[in-house]
Parts: sequence; structure tokens; C-alpha cells
Amino acid sequence: MSGTILLGAIAISQGMLVVAMFICAWRMLRGPRAQDRVLAMDALYVASMIFLVTFGIRTGSVLYFEAALVIALMGFVSTAALAKFLMRGEVIE
Amino acid sequence: MSRVLPYPLLTAGLILMWLLLNAFTPGHLILGTLLAVPASLAMAQLHPAKPRLHNWRAIARLAGVVIHDIAVSNISVARIMFSGARLPRTSGFVAVTLDLQDPTALALLAWIINNAPGTAWVEYRAATGRLLVHVLDLKDDQDWAEIIKNRYEPLLMEIFE
Amino acid sequence: MNDLSALPLWAAILIALLLVAGSTLTLLGAVGLLRLRSFYERLHAPTLGTSGGVLLVLIASMLCFTVLQQRLVVHEVLIFIFITLTTPVTLMLLGRAALYRDRTEGNDGVPAFEPEEIVSEADQ
Repeated sequence: MSGTILLGAIAISQGMLVVAMFICAWRMLRGPRAQDRVLAMDALYVASMIFLVTFGIRTGSVLYFEAALVIALMGFVSTAALAKFLMRGEVIE
Repeated sequence: MSRVLPYPLLTAGLILMWLLLNAFTPGHLILGTLLAVPASLAMAQLHPAKPRLHNWRAIARLAGVVIHDIAVSNISVARIMFSGARLPRTSGFVAVTLDLQDPTALALLAWIINNAPGTAWVEYRAATGRLLVHVLDLKDDQDWAEIIKNRYEPLLMEIFE
Repeated sequence: MNDLSALPLWAAILIALLLVAGSTLTLLGAVGLLRLRSFYERLHAPTLGTSGGVLLVLIASMLCFTVLQQRLVVHEVLIFIFITLTTPVTLMLLGRAALYRDRTEGNDGVPAFEPEEIVSEADQ
């Protein structure tokens, strides 16, 4: 009983997260400006991180937790570098 | 003491993070300490500004206010998204002149404003203390400049100055 | 494979509610990214996912592993601390970059650049 409830809830939330990731990807491809694309990429990173956490709940594996941590780290570094690039035209000054 | 452990809170935080990432065993405690102490010594070489916390009661009050505000603005922004983003609603920039000077306090204020959905910290000029905040839903009866000025700034000043 | 049916019913219902609420918040944030009109309005949208959505899903995960393994599992706190510390930084950088770009291109609807000398004279 509780297994059915939980598997259903995980399926629903994974479906919603996939839709969210598609919307972010659409905004990233459409733009209209560079800052919109970077913002959408940041949101895409966060949504995929939450998606990995739901996978972790389903399988009970710690590996997904570590992958989520790495994705969060990469997302921050890349978004910060891209924002810096938009501001100055170069990343390292 | 302060030569060996210049940042006790940072060292403790690093050890705790190591234990959370691995396991709560005595072996990992020793290994984590061996890693955290040199890391905090390396941090001391960078000479970061050392914030002085004055008022622990004010910290607790600020935490309560911030948690409440973030929860409330989460719900109200979710309602805006849900009920249609095209409803009549004015968003715009709000300018505030801050009296706060301490860099750590300003960083904390930026954290609060950006973590609450519906407000975003856009620009701050240190020379004049002018802060520019973008607000998603400018309700007519709520003055956002007053909220920042009267709700957060006095508490932050109590804590850091 | 995790034996999810070993969970007591109350925990399963609570975890299910937290999961669905968290991913709904993230989805609403993405919808905001889609529907809001200007960049500065869209800047607010991902905060829903990073403050509310992440918190609820991570609480669900902590609850699930804690009840299943009969011991306190809190390593998800690390992700939460990391995300809440970094998102404001990226949003602030992006907001400043967008303002700078809009000003240099002379677009409408952004506050004008305030030269520091003039403002500080007016304040005194």
C-alpha cells in the first residue's frame, strides 16, 4: 500500500520535473537574450538536481545524492562564469 | 589557541561536512580533523574580514523573520504563477538608501532578498549606499523600501555593528 | 532496489505530499520562466524551485532514508545549504550583468545610471 502511494507520487513528481526541464530548455533555446539563456540554464540545473534526488528516493542508492551534489556545484560555477562573461566579455581578468 | 584554530566555527563546519559525506565513525573524525585544520589555516592566510557577531538574540529573531518571509513569498509568488502571469500586476525597481556598512551584513541582506521569491537584488553602490531591488509584485499598500529599511536593516545592524 | 513498501503508511503519505509539493513549486517556477514578460520578472521565477522546491524534496528524501534505515540520515542538508548559498550569488551576478547590458544598449525600462559624485552631493 505505502509502496504504491510512494511510487505513484515519485512518478507524478518526476513527470512534473521533466516538464519543468523541457520548459527551461525551451527558454534556453528561444532566448530572446543571452541573460535569459543563462538564467534558464541555471533553472535547468536545479530541476535536474531535484530529479536525481527523486531517483535516489526510488532506488535507495547514495550514488544519486553524490551526483546531485556535483551537478549543483557545476551549475553554480558555470552560471557564475557565464554571468561574469556577460558583464565583462571575459571570464578571467 | 587562536594560532592553531583561527576559525573554530569554520573548522567545526568542515569536520561536520566530512562526517556527513562519509560516516560518523572515529576514524573519519580523525581524518576530517586532519583535513579541516590545515584548510582553516589556509583560510587564515587569505585574511578575510572577520565579522563580529554581537547579539545572538537578534540572530534568532532575524532567522524567524526570514523563514517566515521566505515561506510567505513562496506561496504568494506560486499563486501569481498559478493564477496566470498575465493578470494586471506592476513590477518594477525600488531604490533604497541603506545605512548598513558592514560587508558581511550586506552579504546577508543580499542573501535574504534574493532567496525570497519576488524580490531580487540588482545593484548596490557602496559609496552612496544606494541599493536597487527588483520587485515582482508591487502592491499599492506595501512600501518595499520601508520593509527593507524597517524589517531587516535594524536587526542586521544589531547583529553586526 | 529500495523496499519502499516497508515504509509505514503515515511516512509514505507525508513523503508523497512533500515530493509532489516540491516538484509543483519547481514546475511553477519553470512556468514563470515561460510566461513572464521581461527578463527582470523572469529573474524571480527560478527562486521558487531553489528555495521552496529543493527544501521540500530534500526533506522528503531525508524522511524516507531515516525511516527506512532506522537511523538519522541528514546528508541532504549539504545540498540544501549549498543551493541556498549559491543561488543568490548567481541571481545577483545575472541581474547586474543584465542591467549593465541594458544600460550600455540604451534600452527602455531600466533605471538610469547614477554617477556617484552627483548623488553623494545631493545627499549632503
